[in-house]
Amino acid sequence: MSAAMHDAVIIGAGPAGLAAATRLAGHGADAVLLDEQAAPGGQIYRGIETCSPALQQSLGPDYAHGAGLAAAFRASTAAYRPETAIWQVTPEGEIWTKHQGRAGLVRARHIIIATGALERPVPVPGWTLPGVMTAGAVQILLKSAALLPEGLVLAGSGPLLYLLAAQSIAAGAPPAALVDTTSRAHERAALRHLSALIHAPARQMLRKGMGLKAAIRRAGVPVFRHAEALRIEGETEARAISFTSGGQRHRLETRLIALHEGVIPHQQMTRAIGCAHEWNAAQHCFQPVLDEWGQSSVDGILVAGDASGIGGATVAETSGQIAALAVLHHLGRLSATERDKLAAPYLAMRRKQLAFRPFLDALYAPRPEITTPPDEVMVCRCEEITAGMVRDAARQGAQGPNQVKSFLRAGMGPCQGRVCGPVVASILSDALGQDPQTTGYYRIRPPLKPITIGELADLDQG
Amino acid sequence: MFKRIDAAADLIRFTFEGQTIEARPGESIAASLLAAGVPALRETPVSGAPRAPYCMMGVCFDCLVEIDGVPNQQACLTAAKAGLVVRRQRGARPFDTTETEAGQ
Repeated sequence: MSAAMHDAVIIGAGPAGLAAATRLAGHGADAVLLDEQAAPGGQIYRGIETCSPALQQSLGPDYAHGAGLAAAFRASTAAYRPETAIWQVTPEGEIWTKHQGRAGLVRARHIIIATGALERPVPVPGWTLPGVMTAGAVQILLKSAALLPEGLVLAGSGPLLYLLAAQSIAAGAPPAALVDTTSRAHERAALRHLSALIHAPARQMLRKGMGLKAAIRRAGVPVFRHAEALRIEGETEARAISFTSGGQRHRLETRLIALHEGVIPHQQMTRAIGCAHEWNAAQHCFQPVLDEWGQSSVDGILVAGDASGIGGATVAETSGQIAALAVLHHLGRLSATERDKLAAPYLAMRRKQLAFRPFLDALYAPRPEITTPPDEVMVCRCEEITAGMVRDAARQGAQGPNQVKSFLRAGMGPCQGRVCGPVVASILSDALGQDPQTTGYYRIRPPLKPITIGELADLDQG
Repeated sequence: MFKRIDAAADLIRFTFEGQTIEARPGESIAASLLAAGVPALRETPVSGAPRAPYCMMGVCFDCLVEIDGVPNQQACLTAAKAGLVVRRQRGARPFDTTETEAGQ
């Protein structure tokens, strides 16, 4: 294949990708940023260039920060290819793309994967019904299409739930209720990590969280704490959510429910390339094995941002800078000394930015109800496989997720295991009595996105 | 389920199952359909159960629709454009034997 060889390709236009591409271009490297969306920002700064000033005000100052990041990237010499899906990346630096119905090939000496996070699956009875979405989905509709949720019930655990509630209130659409599933045990466990508050970014984050909770209280949104045993009712669409809180069963009628139980690294691409992954017990998810620069186990493949492990938007931006400096050194544009001098403040900043993470990880850890749901709950949304069917497969001798895939087709539908992977793996490790690292994960194969034979035949080698 | 913050002046139009849908230029087809109150975008191949957008970021594939005759398109990743003909994706794609024979 004769496609031109670039210095670096960055995949994903969120904070990590934008920071990395801008830094690389600033040092004269030939950098190309590929992204599936039509505009820069990723999901965290989605719609940042088109959002109205009034809506930007409602979304808050942390969101507004993305405007500067996107503007700096636009002003840089980095090439930008939006609306580009990637269906294969090889260890040899080939990136196979799809843009406007045409396949293409891009080649790079170094690849920075900045594909971000996705929301942890929340398998509760009824979660596949129309009207049930992730909290992130509702927030994306607010940011990118200025759509306000009506009669929304937020259910789950994690900072995004409070942020979305406060943003909806500010935009004039207070949620009908917030059903908080954070457990008492996790609240106690989190207290052990309060020593992190000696760091300024940790204090800032705690203040922000308390501000969000105060805004929710002021708006009079009913909050149900320590909720468990969630169940969504409805035949062809969601009609109500029921749960236990304060020793009582509650039932709220609603047609719109946003679920959230934290975010996990988007591992589809790093898995398909063959990068080594490890289980992060504190964050209850797999993440690629990386050195402090973001270098993976595969030469020339680096990972930055939430795809490298959950740290949030500020850590993502910092790690994008760090990965870019590593690549600039490999390209011969920075000596080791220059690289280390430029990276030192970012490495120090990242340590401080990550200081509050153990508190958040302990407080918002997923409960067993989510990681090992009851037998009747559907876990693979595409192939309609229940938790009980996965446990049956384990009893019949399935030793890992890939055998469950062959037995049941779990993970073989259109989403290719993106949604069910984490829960199928955790049900299995529990059923087999193994640690998650031993149980492992689905083997992910290309194409990562559906592509037709016609699109392949129309290959663009530009 | 959703309402628009502001009454946008420059709305464009496409159809979903023959029904006219108003869209803001630049927003995704999935967003326009949710704003119009369309409850379900597809029926699953396994049980025929109705599904609607779940993640809105290209991960879950629950928003698959047929756009201008091409099936399996992610409505959350496709921008709404004037004149598009969008249809609900119903179950598995039928196996067309005449097409297979013609291709041999």
